[in-house]
Amino acid sequence: MRSDPADFELIAPGTLQAVVSRLADEPGQWLPIAGGTDVMVQYAAGKLSARKLISIWNLTELQGIEVLPGEIRIGAGCTYTELREHDVIAREFPLLTSAARWTGGIANQNRGTLGGNIVNASPAADSLPALLAYEAELLVVSVRGERRIPYLGFHTGYKKMDLAPDELIRAISLGRTFSGYLHHARKVGAREAQAISKVCIAALGSLRDNVIEDVRIALGSVAPVPLRLTAVEQMLKGKTVEPELLRLARKTAAAAIQPIDDIRSTAKYRAAVAGNLVAEFLEHLRDSGNTA
Amino acid sequence: MTNTSENRGKCELALTVNGKAETVRVYPMERLLDVLRQELGLTGAKEGCGEGECGSCSVLMNGKLINSCLVPVLQAAGTNLTTIEGLAEGPQLSALQAAFLECGGAQCGICTPGMILASCHLLDKKPKPTLDDIREGLSGNLCRCTGYMQIFDAVMEAARRSPA
Repeated sequence: MRSDPADFELIAPGTLQAVVSRLADEPGQWLPIAGGTDVMVQYAAGKLSARKLISIWNLTELQGIEVLPGEIRIGAGCTYTELREHDVIAREFPLLTSAARWTGGIANQNRGTLGGNIVNASPAADSLPALLAYEAELLVVSVRGERRIPYLGFHTGYKKMDLAPDELIRAISLGRTFSGYLHHARKVGAREAQAISKVCIAALGSLRDNVIEDVRIALGSVAPVPLRLTAVEQMLKGKTVEPELLRLARKTAAAAIQPIDDIRSTAKYRAAVAGNLVAEFLEHLRDSGNTA
Repeated sequence: MTNTSENRGKCELALTVNGKAETVRVYPMERLLDVLRQELGLTGAKEGCGEGECGSCSVLMNGKLINSCLVPVLQAAGTNLTTIEGLAEGPQLSALQAAFLECGGAQCGICTPGMILASCHLLDKKPKPTLDDIREGLSGNLCRCTGYMQIFDAVMEAARRSPA
C-alpha cells in the first residue's frame, strides 16, 4: 500500500546545528533523510514507520572530502559519485572506489551517501566491508558534542547500531596507512550494477619474503552485519600461502559466517562463495609478489 | 525552501523546470515524479518500478541524473530540473533524440525519456564515450524491448555528431 504524503512531515532546517537541536529536542521522533535511496523505497512501499522526516541532503557540514596528512575525512553526506571521482580515494582506498562504482546505477550514485549506507545498515551494503578493511572511524555529532568511534563494532546486530537517537554521523575517517598493501575487492551478484550482492569481499594484505605480514578481510551479505573475519586473519598472519593454508582459510571463514537463504541467494551458496572469495584473495596476494 | 511551518500540510515551493520558473503547492513528502506529472503536467518521466531500480523516472536535477521517484519534492526546492520535455528546441529535436529515432533506440517508449536523460548526463561528463562507458552510464535504466544495442548505437551516433 502506497504512503499518502499528507500523513508525513518533512522539514529541512538547513544547518547541522538546527538538525541536531531538533533531534535532541524530540529524540527518536525524526528520521534523517539524505539522498532518499533507501528511505524513499520504504516510503513508496508504505513500510516507513517514521512519520516525521528531517532532510540532511546538501547540508554543507556533511559535504566534502578533507585530505589531511594522516587521514582523509569523508563527509557523511558525500555521494557515491563524489567518492568514485575522488583521486586520493582512488589511489589510496581503491576498495571504496570499487564499492561506490558497484552500488546502484548512476542515478542512485548521485543521491546515495556513505553516511546513509552506514545507518541503513544493510548487511549487503557494498561499501561497508571496505570501511571494515580500512579500519574506518566515525565522527558522530549531537548537541552533546562529537565522539570518534571505530566503525568496527558500530553495527551490533541486524539493523542495530551504536548511535543514540539524537546523534548523526558527520564524517568517516580513514587513516592513510595502506600504501604497501594489496587491495582486493569483488562483488558476486546477478549483475554488476543495480543488483545487490549475494556475497562481497573487501580485503587488504601485505607480504614480507612471501610470508603474510598483515591481512584484513571483510565480507558482506554473510551475517546480520558486515563482517570482519578476525579469526581468519589471525590464523593467516606469519604464514606462506600454500594449498593447505587455503583449505584452512576456507574452513575458518565458513565457521565465522552466518549466511541465510533469501531472495538473492542461499546460505549454502553464500558459504561456498565466501570461502572461494577468501581463497581467491589469498592467491592474488601470493601472486602479487608484494613486499611491503 | 519555504517550508518553515511546523504544521503538517502543503507548502509552496519554487523550482525551475526546463528553464521556466514554477511554483507548486505540495506536500513536502510528495515524490518529485508525481509533482512533475500531476502538478506540472510533464508526463514524459514515467513510473516503472517506483523504487529506483528501473530508471524510467530519471530526470536531471542541477545537471545530475536522479530517479525522481526517490526524491521528496522538498529536496528539489530551488533546483534546476530538466525533463525530456526540455530537450527539443521547438520542433528541433536534440542530437540524442534524433539519434534514438534514427537508430531504433525507442520501441514501446516507456524507458526512452529516462534513457535519453541518462545519455545526456553521460555525454555531459564524457563527450566521447566508449561502449563500456555507455553500458555503465545506462546501467540504471532498464529496457525490455530493444535489447539495448540500438540504444547504445544511438548514443554512439549522437556522440559522433557532436562537435566536442
